[in-house]
Amino acid sequence: MGKRQREEEQAFEQEEREADAHAGVILPSQIRNKCKRSEAYAKVKQEKKKIKKQKIKQRDAAEKEALELGEVPPPRKIPRTIENTREEDETLAQPDDEELQAEEGADEFSNYFKHDITPKVLLTTSQANSVPTRKFCQDLLTVIPNCFYYKRGTYNLKQIVKYAINREFTSIIVINENRKEPNGMLVVNLPEGPTAHFKLSSVVLSKSIKGHGKATRHQPELILNNFTTRLGHRVGRMFASLFPQDPNFRGRRAVTFHNQRDFIFFRHHRYIFESKEIKEKKEKLNKVDPKKAKEKKKQPKEEVIARLQECGPRFTLKMMSLQHGTFDSKYGEYEWIHKPDMDTSRRRFFL
Amino acid sequence: MQHDEVIWQVIGHKHCSYRTKTVTQNFCRNEYNVTGLCNRSSCPLANSRYSTIKEIDGTLYLYMKSIERSHSPKDLWERVKLPRNYAKALETVDKHLKFWPKFLVHKNKQRLTKMTQYLIRMRKLALKVKPKLMTMPAKQVQREARREAKAEVAAVLDRSIEKELLQRLKSGTYGDIYNFPMKEYEKVLDMESMEAADEEEEEEEGEEEEEEEPEVEYVEGYEMEDEEDEIEDIATELKERYTESSESDSDDEEEIPQRRVVGRKGVIPSKREADDVAIKAEAAKRRKRRGHVEIEYEEEQENQSSRV
Repeated sequence: MGKRQREEEQAFEQEEREADAHAGVILPSQIRNKCKRSEAYAKVKQEKKKIKKQKIKQRDAAEKEALELGEVPPPRKIPRTIENTREEDETLAQPDDEELQAEEGADEFSNYFKHDITPKVLLTTSQANSVPTRKFCQDLLTVIPNCFYYKRGTYNLKQIVKYAINREFTSIIVINENRKEPNGMLVVNLPEGPTAHFKLSSVVLSKSIKGHGKATRHQPELILNNFTTRLGHRVGRMFASLFPQDPNFRGRRAVTFHNQRDFIFFRHHRYIFESKEIKEKKEKLNKVDPKKAKEKKKQPKEEVIARLQECGPRFTLKMMSLQHGTFDSKYGEYEWIHKPDMDTSRRRFFL
Repeated sequence: MQHDEVIWQVIGHKHCSYRTKTVTQNFCRNEYNVTGLCNRSSCPLANSRYSTIKEIDGTLYLYMKSIERSHSPKDLWERVKLPRNYAKALETVDKHLKFWPKFLVHKNKQRLTKMTQYLIRMRKLALKVKPKLMTMPAKQVQREARREAKAEVAAVLDRSIEKELLQRLKSGTYGDIYNFPMKEYEKVLDMESMEAADEEEEEEEGEEEEEEEPEVEYVEGYEMEDEEDEIEDIATELKERYTESSESDSDDEEEIPQRRVVGRKGVIPSKREADDVAIKAEAAKRRKRRGHVEIEYEEEQENQSSRV
């Protein structure tokens, strides 16, 4: 048994003992008078805070001591986050998964990545649309190259799909709205699908982003973060298929789809790399040659950093369904559909 | 016993459960009523001879009742299916109601027209695509909004984007668009300090090996000839690059080719010479900040430089 493990066990036992000791005491929640209850609760809270502070102090002291003695300080505990306690998902894509690679080599999007097709996107709204939605579409037009806005009119989606296939469009994006605010996004890959329906939220137009930049017309590069599962890969590839696969790096434009807890955050930035002086930290080890230290001080160390300027728009997507084939709400076959019982655990994610 | 007048006296003037009163007019809710109004002539209960049109699952039927069958409610109504064609349906109505009161004939035809029209409208609407309405339970909406806000905080978007971009820069995605001579610059500095340290340590190598931290590894490398060659190669390569990059404005071109030859042969030049090379390379850097320099270096060294 490892030393650390043993220590942890001891700590646990101690906690248990403490809990037993508290068993006879009345908990604040058992006090019926609100005044007294809140008083008691404040006390408990204060005590907890105190203990926490003490613990931090002890930890810092131990670290300092270890450093002074030239030892390796005890490793810091990693806080438990929703990300690192995520429920295990057997579809999590491994980097050396040959099956997945073969699948991706033959799916609907593979032609985009082989540079056989250049994406051409049709952008439209729902039948009833209002100014905010159209403004959002305007912003989207600045982001996606080779994207064309069409007035929706009274056409239904299946008609539009046919039209777009005839005109050799490769994707359709439909922005849905509710109460004059964009609230949904449908992405249809042509000609064979799939079709993804996203809930659209927290839309911020470029204009209302403080200090926003204006995007150039260079082809942007894509950043797809955190699409880990098979489904995630598929969605990520779908987004990638909206953009040309030959980004112009001189344009320094980056479009990001960042997946965090199944929310896909869209951001659009201009960036620049700069070298920046870094302040040298105090030498931790006393054994360093004073001569060398001097030399180091003379030449300030430099570090490359990336700086960002947001161009906008920004919005968040959450996938509601992924449908095989093009849009067909009645007889379509769903690859994945969000159901309420999927929300039962906050540590279960699908992308 | 069927007494129309008696029935009407009761339901017309007292109470009828089918009657709906409004301010202007009274309506009848009986499904057999041909006009929908509450009056003596269109009351299906107070008329022993009555006809109407009903729709059952999209097909129209002409319903007729006569006083002869009033004793058996089971067979009270005679039903005739009307053809889908409007003109033919009218003909059928005419045929069956040939000797009936004109009022009923007229009202039935009116009803037939109205019903055919609404059936047509229904069929059209059924073909039309209508958006599906979804519910948005307030609790779910709030929960999602909350989780989204938390996820956004956890994503640390700006930092993760910057990290990704820097990683791309490091992995060479951007090719030679950017040239940050940083690393090379540091490398040269390191080499310089190595030289300095080397001269000192040449006498007392053995002891320091254990105590000294990472730097010792450099020293070890210098003991072996091959590695020295390598470093020499780096130096010469630097030199080459330097000459290439500053061909246009080079003033001391004569010296350089010689040294290149020296480097290739693998003859070890003096420390001073190597020093020279390094210093010159540095000078070149200063002159031409963005000049491209390629150096192969080992990972170990990189680690060290980052650690120190």
